[in-house]
Amino acid sequence: MIGSEAGPARAPRTTTAEVGLTMDIVVLVKQVPDSGGQRALDPQDNTVVRATADNVINEMDEYAIEEALTVKEAHGGQVTILTVGPDTATDAIRKALSMGADRAVHVSDPAIHGACAPQTSAIIAAALSQLEYDLVLCGAESTDGQVSVMPALLSERLGIPHLSGARKLTVEGSTARVERQTDGGYWLLEAQLPAIVSTWDTINEPRYPSFKGIMAAKKKPVETRTLADLGIDPATIGLATATSRVVDFAGSPPKGAGVKVSDEGDGAEKLVGFLAEQKLV
Amino acid sequence: MAEVLVLVELNPAGDGVRKTTLEALTAARALGEPAAVVVGAPGTAALVQDALAEYGATKVYVAESEEADAFLVAPKAEVLAQLVGSVSPAAVVVPSSPEGKEVAGRLAIKTGSGFLTDVTEIAPDGTATQVAFAGQTIVHSQVTVGTPIYTLRGNSVTPVPAPAPATQEPVQVTLSEQARQTRVVDRVVEQKSSRPELTEASIVVSGGRGVASAENFSIIEALADSLGGAVGASRAAVDSGFYPHSFQVGQTGKTVSPQLYIAVGISGAIQHRAGMQTSKTIVAVNKDPEAPIFELADFGVVGDLNTIVPAAAQQIAARRS
Ligand SMILES: Cc1cc2nc3c(=O)[nH]c(=O)nc-3n(C[C@H](O)[C@H](O)[C@H](O)COP(=O)(O)OP(=O)(O)OC[C@H]3O[C@@H](n4cnc5c(N)ncnc54)[C@H](O)[C@@H]3O)c2cc1C
Ligand SMILES: Nc1ncnc2c1ncn2[C@@H]1O[C@H](COP(=O)(O)O)[C@@H](O)[C@H]1O
Repeated sequence: MIGSEAGPARAPRTTTAEVGLTMDIVVLVKQVPDSGGQRALDPQDNTVVRATADNVINEMDEYAIEEALTVKEAHGGQVTILTVGPDTATDAIRKALSMGADRAVHVSDPAIHGACAPQTSAIIAAALSQLEYDLVLCGAESTDGQVSVMPALLSERLGIPHLSGARKLTVEGSTARVERQTDGGYWLLEAQLPAIVSTWDTINEPRYPSFKGIMAAKKKPVETRTLADLGIDPATIGLATATSRVVDFAGSPPKGAGVKVSDEGDGAEKLVGFLAEQKLV
Repeated sequence: MAEVLVLVELNPAGDGVRKTTLEALTAARALGEPAAVVVGAPGTAALVQDALAEYGATKVYVAESEEADAFLVAPKAEVLAQLVGSVSPAAVVVPSSPEGKEVAGRLAIKTGSGFLTDVTEIAPDGTATQVAFAGQTIVHSQVTVGTPIYTLRGNSVTPVPAPAPATQEPVQVTLSEQARQTRVVDRVVEQKSSRPELTEASIVVSGGRGVASAENFSIIEALADSLGGAVGASRAAVDSGFYPHSFQVGQTGKTVSPQLYIAVGISGAIQHRAGMQTSKTIVAVNKDPEAPIFELADFGVVGDLNTIVPAAAQQIAARRS
């Protein structure tokens, strides 16, 4: 069992929201290689190349940050950014702080290299257990792994409800309500705090950091933690003990160049002709 | 032969299986005997029994209760975990929907297993194929701990019938407190469409910023309808308010893998490709001969979509009538 330190499901604690106080909000932020740039796996150990990639904040997480700031503006409270990732992830953290988050916790440890999703969830769960939170917000998916499972893993480990795929969030007293985006509509979800909510890019329009925000971010506290600080044995984390492994990889076979024709008033005929030839009409 | 548990997913109307379930039953046969698992309101199994039998389910585990339907995701993971404990399956295969991925993740923690998401193929030795970085990289992976759990990407395996007994076995459902934390208060349908569902459709016609307005998307719809296909949209089209977000194709939208994908007025950005690159045949209509979409199109027409697309729709409709 990985990261058993994160412990079994614990009984939901009395939240500050419940007693009418302000909200402690934690936003999970991941740094990812820019999807518009060169992305690759390292042939040495089949892990994602992060050192030389053009790294950015995972886009969906900006929506989670914006939502956290909106909840804070309505209810008062504090927004903490939590990131598990290499030292270069400080850029993503600074951006989150310059949007308006109050402080950050950065878990960084060489032993994390090559960690699988269940291992990463054990680390995030252990870090969360050291923080006060009523609400945990995160993106619905990351653009490098596109796993879309982290919040479900955390919900399972922490024993707190997960309201997933939110396009709308409301918090009233100690109740969270979410419109979960579905094909052609939504499901209305309801759960008690503390809870984890994952957001889609339909939920809001993230603010741009202002000049003032960027300056202020430089002075905001960023605490770093190692696995040892979280009480996790480094031997249980990383490539050697991951629950899955990449056996091999290859570039996808290049597509043979297709046919390109220009429309000389006969574009539609040519198009339909091609479809007919391929037996598609 | 060991059993392979396959989680049954219902279609959006809730009156039958989703095609992804049949794909998962087909893929599961590489690893053992598929045993379908139905978790839902009373009466659910009856709706899907025939399809499960036709597509190779040797058994159907039936976990029906009002409660199983009233709470999000967690009941399904709990029932599967219970079965993993009692029948020691060779693997678990779940359709790769948002719900399926959440189920897989929870099950992995409950059973101390590894999981692989969005796999496109599973080999008899359990090695799975995944497509990474917008289709640029093909990856082979294995689960190294516990009972392997896979989520299978839609439209990557062709469902093949293989009649089997589909013997029903009831499963007692007693949900834990934890599985009853997130209540589904309401399920709201905002748009009803007579078109096939985007991720399941064998033909998809997508419009981009080049379509230029919400009204003009009617020409995309007309082409889709002439082909019996679904309508998709690029993010630029969605962000401009031309078409609803649930139809977005790409990295932050749906991943589709149809027989035929027609990209109209779409430039072909990497994030758009991420959602359609594995389509069998790709056709593009774009007025810019340098548009990157032509690099992956099997057939491209350089020209104005406003004249080409309506004419093509008419000609196809005429051929069909
Ligand atoms: C993190 C991230 C995630 C993203 N996720 C997605 C995603 O999920 N899906 C997605 O699609 N994009 C996504 N994008 C955006 C992506 O980068 C592109 O901006 C987007 O795909 C462009 O859409 P488009 O091709 O419709 O628009 P444009 O790039 O503006 O292309 C419009 C095309 O229409 C053509 N055109 C114009 N008029 C006509 C005409 N009359 N006749 C014929 N052709 C015409 C033009 O020549 C042009 O090629 C993402 C971006 C980021 C950074
Ligand atoms: N290493 C990480 N550190 C912080 N947050 C993360 C990390 N990995 C995933 N997350 C969060 O979980 C969400 C879903 O990620 P994923 O399951 O990887 O698609 C992301 O949008 C982040 O909010």
